[in-house]
Amino acid sequence: MQNEFTLSRQPTDGDHLLQPGVLSCQGCGGTIAMKLAMKGLGPRTVVVIPACCWAIIVGTYPYSALQVPVLQVPFATAAVCASGVRAGLDARGEDGVTVMAWAGDGGTFDIGLQSLSGAAERNEDILYVCYDNEAYMNTGVQRSSATPPGAWTTTTPDGALKMEPKKDLAAILLAHGIPYLATASIAYPDDLVSKFRKARSIRGTRFIHMLSPCPPGWGIDPDQTVRVSRLAVQTRLFPLYEVVEGRTTVTVNPEAVKPVREYLGLQGRFGQMSDDMTAAVQDSVDSRWEALMAEAAG
Amino acid sequence: MRQVIKGNHAVSQGVRLARVKVISAYPITPQTTIVEELSEMCARGQLDSRYIKVESEHSAMAAVIGSASAGVRSFTATSSQGLLLMHEVLHWAAGSRLPIVLTNVNRAVAPGWNIWADQTDSLAQRDTGWIQIYAESNQEVLDNVLMAYRLAETVMLPVMLAYDAFFLSHTSEVVDVPEPAEADAFLPAFTPPFRLDLENPRMFGGMVGPDMYYEQRYAQHQDALRAADVYREICREFDEAFGRKYDLVETYRTEDAELVVATAGTVTSVSRIAVDRLREEGWKVGLLKLRMIRPVPRRHWQKALGGVEKVVVIDRNLSPGLGGVLASEVRSALHAAEAAPQVFAAVAGLGGRDVTPEDVAGIVRACREAERPGDEPLFWGLKTGEPEPAMEDGRHAE
Repeated sequence: MQNEFTLSRQPTDGDHLLQPGVLSCQGCGGTIAMKLAMKGLGPRTVVVIPACCWAIIVGTYPYSALQVPVLQVPFATAAVCASGVRAGLDARGEDGVTVMAWAGDGGTFDIGLQSLSGAAERNEDILYVCYDNEAYMNTGVQRSSATPPGAWTTTTPDGALKMEPKKDLAAILLAHGIPYLATASIAYPDDLVSKFRKARSIRGTRFIHMLSPCPPGWGIDPDQTVRVSRLAVQTRLFPLYEVVEGRTTVTVNPEAVKPVREYLGLQGRFGQMSDDMTAAVQDSVDSRWEALMAEAAG
Repeated sequence: MRQVIKGNHAVSQGVRLARVKVISAYPITPQTTIVEELSEMCARGQLDSRYIKVESEHSAMAAVIGSASAGVRSFTATSSQGLLLMHEVLHWAAGSRLPIVLTNVNRAVAPGWNIWADQTDSLAQRDTGWIQIYAESNQEVLDNVLMAYRLAETVMLPVMLAYDAFFLSHTSEVVDVPEPAEADAFLPAFTPPFRLDLENPRMFGGMVGPDMYYEQRYAQHQDALRAADVYREICREFDEAFGRKYDLVETYRTEDAELVVATAGTVTSVSRIAVDRLREEGWKVGLLKLRMIRPVPRRHWQKALGGVEKVVVIDRNLSPGLGGVLASEVRSALHAAEAAPQVFAAVAGLGGRDVTPEDVAGIVRACREAERPGDEPLFWGLKTGEPEPAMEDGRHAE
């Protein structure tokens, strides 16, 4: 079902849950991601949002673009506040509600990692979603531990580009033994919607990681968001897979594999990358893909 | 039923009687035995509550923000470093208008590590928007857990109940533990005025611009001020139900007093003995127990101290560069009062050092003889000169 729109074009009870009036930039990957996520989750959902772009995108008081209950929470607390909401709803006897924490990469990979680890270790019955735009975009593009090597940010400027690899968050979360982990992309909406539907049906801590292009932060035109998202999958840089109870399945296997320079070359943030560094990224992508296929072969 | 229990267990019993639905906490001495007993109660089915065993105090407060936002009665407890780690989230809880109750066992702040009584931890949170109540006995601790929920759920602000490490937390006293039916009659189930409601979806905690933020904070301030009168009414109802009297302040032998000692926490018990002894010597001395610190019950402090020549505030806490916090608060509250007394400030007992009736009497004598308060507090019992060398086995030389 690669890049097809059969499932994602079917109407669901979640289609209306993100209304017009969002305050995102043009071409925001994170906004398309929310629209599709709600399509999969439906109206029996509570959304917990820490400090991140979405704290603004959703609207300012007294308006909210989301037609489900939303709790905004301190930066480091998305997973644990979601745990508290779950406990509270359980105490009230409210069944069949998905409690979703929706956080950026800063709130997930960095400042929120401790509380996320705590929630995952307790196997809290929450869905945690990271829309990963690979830097602190809401404060104006500063490096996070999710920023890929070779990227320009305002704190890794020309001459001091980030050299360290991106933190392998999936490995960290899987080490907690959570029942469900998936990656998803807005360029593959059927795959994305079906993963949110599946996540909704599973109990325990579920984690979905979405690469979420940011036009101003990545140096791309707003109409390139979906194209860049698709290239991330086609180059195998951001493979689409899921891990259910420890078993890995690659859900989208690109037929025509493209070199990573096609993905990198579209983005202004990689404009200062050397050929050597591009080659190193390609090597890293290749070896990670091999490791993923080995996992999937079980 | 009358039981001999420690201060921490008085809290656990209060939480059980309050039928708290969600508890979240992280271990720290000397708070830990509260949540140990709550874990036992949950495990034995004596308390129908979910206990979220989080990985930090920051998360403990965040977890109960989540559960209280869902509309259920929620509880946490901590001390010292744990309370300081919560600081950001304390502001969030109060600004969110969530009726959470927290018990803080007052413990000194590091470095160096010190687990003993000192009120700097909770007084450092006095601007977070939490109502603060200080207790002097284990009975007062238990009773105020029940009253704290009534208060919090009436004004929709969180309440912090503070009491001294070890002097109360780990000391056994006779406590009258109410029967569940009595507690239920006094503290009915919580009906939240707002919550995360799937039938009526709203967003909480979102961005507010300069056009409305000010008014939201002002409304919070007004409800914080209102909490003083609401607490008095709750105290009156509590007295009717259980026959135990509480108030915003408590006075002891102040009727004709020329000098009044003002304290919060267990130094109050010691001061009561000192007042009796000084009275026997013919001194007109009284005692003002400061129970509520936030909101500042300004009128009640002014009334209690009207006509008094001198007030001596004894602080078991220190704001470096200022002095004792409570002396500063009392001085500020009396500033605009007619015929305001002179306010003398004394600091004593930091880091759990003993404060005896003789110490309090000594402080009173020193302040009685002084013509006017000095710029600096009286640092009572402060050792000067070279520290005593430790002996090889760690004991100090006699």
